[in-house]
Amino acid sequence: MRIVVLGIGNILLTDEGVGVRTVERLVAEWVLPPEVEAIDGGTCGMEMLEQLEHLDALVVVDCVRFGQPPATSILLAGDDVPVFFRTKLSPHQVGLCDVLASLEFAGRAPRETVIVGMQPASMDLGMELSPAVAAKVPELVGMVVAELRRLGVTVAERA
Amino acid sequence: MAKRVTIDPVTRIEGHLRVDVEVDGGRVKKAWASGQMWRGVENILIGRDPRDAWAITQRICGVCTTVHAMASVRAVENALQLEIPVNAQYIRNMIMLAHAIHDHIVHFYHLSALDWVDVVSALKADPDKAAALAQSLSSWEGNSKQEFRKVQEKLKGFVGTGQLGIFTNGYWGHPAMKLTPEVNLLAVVHYLQALEVQRYANKIVAVLGSKSPHIQNVAVGGVANPLSLDSQSVLTIERLLAVKEWIDQLDDFVKNVYLVDVGAIGGFYADWTKYGRGITEYLCVPDIPLDSKGTQFALPGGYIEGGKLESFKPITTFGDKYFIDGVSEAVKHSWYDYKDGNDKSLHPYKGETKPNYTDFQDDGKYSWLKSPTFYGKPMQVGPLPRVLCMVAAGHEPTTKYATAALDLVSTVAGTKVGIDALHSTIGRHAARAVGCAVQSDELARQWDLLLANMGKGDLKTFNRPVFPKGEQMGVGFHEAPRGVLSHWVVIDSGKIKNYQCVVPTTWNAAPRNEKDQPGAYEACLIDNPVADPEKPLEVLRTVHSFDPCLACAVHVVDQENNPVVTVKAV
Repeated sequence: MRIVVLGIGNILLTDEGVGVRTVERLVAEWVLPPEVEAIDGGTCGMEMLEQLEHLDALVVVDCVRFGQPPATSILLAGDDVPVFFRTKLSPHQVGLCDVLASLEFAGRAPRETVIVGMQPASMDLGMELSPAVAAKVPELVGMVVAELRRLGVTVAERA
Repeated sequence: MAKRVTIDPVTRIEGHLRVDVEVDGGRVKKAWASGQMWRGVENILIGRDPRDAWAITQRICGVCTTVHAMASVRAVENALQLEIPVNAQYIRNMIMLAHAIHDHIVHFYHLSALDWVDVVSALKADPDKAAALAQSLSSWEGNSKQEFRKVQEKLKGFVGTGQLGIFTNGYWGHPAMKLTPEVNLLAVVHYLQALEVQRYANKIVAVLGSKSPHIQNVAVGGVANPLSLDSQSVLTIERLLAVKEWIDQLDDFVKNVYLVDVGAIGGFYADWTKYGRGITEYLCVPDIPLDSKGTQFALPGGYIEGGKLESFKPITTFGDKYFIDGVSEAVKHSWYDYKDGNDKSLHPYKGETKPNYTDFQDDGKYSWLKSPTFYGKPMQVGPLPRVLCMVAAGHEPTTKYATAALDLVSTVAGTKVGIDALHSTIGRHAARAVGCAVQSDELARQWDLLLANMGKGDLKTFNRPVFPKGEQMGVGFHEAPRGVLSHWVVIDSGKIKNYQCVVPTTWNAAPRNEKDQPGAYEACLIDNPVADPEKPLEVLRTVHSFDPCLACAVHVVDQENNPVVTVKAV
């Protein structure tokens, strides 16, 4: 079993970086087993190709604009995942979409992809999350942990 | 009657670019390139410690993380007149070269080949004939009949499941697709092999840079890699030998597959040597420093006027005054205001980043990109200027690979194709492959230099920076995969007072400047053919030939829930 938790986003643009900040928090607070790799993907594209090959599951954490009040979380799974990539909900889709397309072609795409997202409150310049979104990071970490457990992974909170 | 075509965003690029063209009689008559996202990242850096700038600037872009890290530390080192140990140069050089090779391979096979290669047509190929053709061009071990049959079977399964839709905007069956089914299959086989090979470049960056995708080892004053001949925890001989293995694997692919494919495909599309010439003012900077001061470089750089190689004027050192004094940026057609008026340009040390968004105004402001110039002229930057400058400077390996590529193009096209053909859309692809072969040679050489120097007992990798009171200014330049990148820093008593990044895609995708002269994309699109305005494949070919990467040129903010692609023919 190989699972990647991939936080993407630009940490220079406040809430745009919520995916990266969530993964940082996940690693700081939870002990992940060896089969789970947490990656700070930033705004990278094809450079992540190898790390995303032959996964049993990919959990993407990203800022998603889906017309909800700021700091609303969302879990996209199943048929909603292709929709995430078809409509421009996040500025990184070009990069990640190309990576997944190449993996698909090579027969190495993740068997399952889920997206843990959050509607941003701010996309201004700045290295800190907005207070509203920062307050919800624990909720996103909780959603990622729940997904990992659903996938059959044992994770434990750090003492 | 002129028809307006808007492509927004241009896909298979990083970032967000909008291109508008006016088409009349099947040709582009007018063109606008517009960066659709704002970059104000420089403002974040003001007041911070200059030693932290590289880690922040490498977050500007997802494709070019390392290049911003390098340009940033060089800018601060230039401001402090700080020399760095040669070991640090070699390690940085290897990271930059491996990154560049990765970038070029991925750009050609995974991002732009689909403009020229019809994946669906490959299903009709005779795999044995395709393999025989490939073997006639190169001795690459992946050109076997078995391999070609296997890939075609895989492709059949893939197309059969209807998954091809994930290659958004592949114009299958477009009349401008000219390759035979066999050549298309050859390209698909190498597409998949390139996926394998690109990992070696990534591994080199990850091992030397201590982490991927964001490297961790760079520091103002050198690199943070402790070198050792025997310790386990640092960059050991064992790890360096693994790096050498990957360097050799990459080299095999670059010389025997990439360079060959570009030559062959270029030969089939020889008519594309007539399009996309545009701006022939070429700028590149020297790179791959060989001494601690940055006065000797493995790869030369400079300026070529009007496409004439004999006009080459070299740029010779870090902090070269000829380069520093030549660069400025205008905002007359950009969504910014300068406090002393938009009719003149500003030097990057005096650069301002104050947004003023209007609407898309054809004759007014229409882009988030500024318009950089070199001594008042718009430039083209990137692999083509790089290769031409290196040839002009008498760099022998470049001449050797350029000649080999052009000879192959001539053979396939059945007519003599000379160096003048490089000033074109397809020529930019050829130049990228030629430059990549040069980089591959140089990567192996930097490894040798590092090992030889370590063998002499020199393990130094870092000189501690000291920040004096008062103001210092510095520029860090880097010949990045997409061309000239420069970071400009003003430091005041150890804190950043001003910071500007002038990035390659800003040079190339610039809007009109203060004298209303078009940028390189805009100029190169003029007279580009467009067979079907609903499917402007030919426009994408010319734009993609630059390998646009707007992530660093601009940033964020688009409306919610736009469709991924709008091709609007008005």
